[in-house]
Amino acid sequence: MSITLNNVTHTYMTGTPFERTAIKNVSFSINEGEFVAIIGHTGSGKSTLVQHLNGLLSPTTGTVTVDGIDINTKKAESLAARRKVGMVFQYPEYQLFEETIAADIAFGPRNFGLNEDEVDERVREAMDFADLDYEQYAQRSPFQLSGGQMRRVAIAGVIALKPRYLILDEPAAGLDPIGKRIIFDKIKGLHEHGTTVILVSHNMDDVAKMADRIFVMHQGVLAANGTPKEIFAQRDLLKEAGLDVPPVTETLRCLKEHGFAVDDTVLDIDEAAKSVLQAVRGDRHAE
Amino acid sequence: MQIEVKNLCHHYVGAEDNQPPALDHVNLTIDEGEFVAIIGTNGSGKSTLAKHLNGLLLPSEGECLVDGMSTLDYEYIWDIRQKVGMVFQNPDNQLVATVVEEDVAFGPENNGVPPEEIRRRVDDALRRVGMEAFRDHAPHRLSGGQKQRIAIAGALAMDSRWLVLDEPTAMLDPQGRQEVLGIVKRLHKEEGIGIVYITHYMEEAVAADRVVVMKNGVILTEGTPHEIFTQTKMLEELGLTVPVATLLADRLRAAGLDLPQNIITDEELAVALCQLR
Repeated sequence: MSITLNNVTHTYMTGTPFERTAIKNVSFSINEGEFVAIIGHTGSGKSTLVQHLNGLLSPTTGTVTVDGIDINTKKAESLAARRKVGMVFQYPEYQLFEETIAADIAFGPRNFGLNEDEVDERVREAMDFADLDYEQYAQRSPFQLSGGQMRRVAIAGVIALKPRYLILDEPAAGLDPIGKRIIFDKIKGLHEHGTTVILVSHNMDDVAKMADRIFVMHQGVLAANGTPKEIFAQRDLLKEAGLDVPPVTETLRCLKEHGFAVDDTVLDIDEAAKSVLQAVRGDRHAE
Repeated sequence: MQIEVKNLCHHYVGAEDNQPPALDHVNLTIDEGEFVAIIGTNGSGKSTLAKHLNGLLLPSEGECLVDGMSTLDYEYIWDIRQKVGMVFQNPDNQLVATVVEEDVAFGPENNGVPPEEIRRRVDDALRRVGMEAFRDHAPHRLSGGQKQRIAIAGALAMDSRWLVLDEPTAMLDPQGRQEVLGIVKRLHKEEGIGIVYITHYMEEAVAADRVVVMKNGVILTEGTPHEIFTQTKMLEELGLTVPVATLLADRLRAAGLDLPQNIITDEELAVALCQLR
């Protein structure tokens, strides 16, 4: 089971003077159960790319399949396949619109044709995800919540659709470190329970900590695809793509330049400390 | 010449009675040419404070003085807004024109500056942020970092002496972040422009002369970046991040290495480790 892109190209405004190809011949598979991150600078084609994963955009050429079904046909199975892929846009709290939190979360499940009992169950589960007590908050306005809570309610609205594949575009942008940790812990929880997660982010540190695999987009093509260790060892490629390495890699590289034999591919602070200790003690033994 | 915040309180209109004020008797002085970073969690009052510095919000109690002029005195409000420029988090919310140079000209035009002087200021401002090649581009087609540079140019065209930047890099990619921070550092260092910089990125706050830590509407502590960022325990309790070099130094010290306490940059860590050789 997977989302597979086969030679996908997307051209905006074909046949006009504004014609622009945003992504070119992109092919990859995201397997069920993976945690994938997509990185790339502004204008690299990330947003165009992810909008193909649930059919918001259709390829100009190429195909997108979800669990083996082409999602860009007019058949009923195509719609069903698209519904397996949930999408949380940047700043999702701007999309809250209902008078109560419960009604806002219920909007999606109701549109998917669930009966009222099922809708209610989904709302309760989603509010549990957002850490909001049902009795206390269900009938309140979503607009009186704090920024972090609003963000969680907005994400809960997508969770209520029970997507097997969940795409999140910068889910932590603008949140402080605590708000960010809460959101990321929730996302990790979903992943552990079997949801495939596709995270779009500018924060190399978050990506290094969370993802199993990273896709690098640059000028509309898939420039690299590998584990965080593999990707963040390719400094020149990242620089070329307008990206960066995580702060811990930057620190280790600086030590390496000063002549310490540290392993600058480790991404965890405790492992980094171990590597530095070894390097420093190794030096002392040598003398 | 300074910005003085004296006993400043702010209650938002419509907030429930039992809610604590967004700012609770804040005192802060920012000298001309100083680079001050403000850190703190969401809801700590950082943005509210920033909006007082050029009179976008007005004090419920206390006062905010810019070069001795109170933001409460309506006579001075336009002078204050000219002296203190503001750059917000979302670049799309602050660009008003369809051509870059017209956007930068918006402020001086509204102030009734003569056309040839506007021309001069716009050219000058675009040069100072490195965007002169984009003068006739459409702002909405620029990258996030470029948009923020245009917003900064808009303040420079007003001859602002202070720039208040409220998380200007939160929505930017790594390259955009470096562009904006680079310009801010240069304006401070080479042109002596005062900077008030709100951020969640501690690597950025390290560039400041002084760091102010806010919590629940009060200033919890302030000091040089070295004084603040070496207090790892306090920062972690506040839910803020600590620079990697400081975290690493803490762990190495715990493992028995004899490292000094004041390490906050990669370079400082490398130098300290070299001395152990």
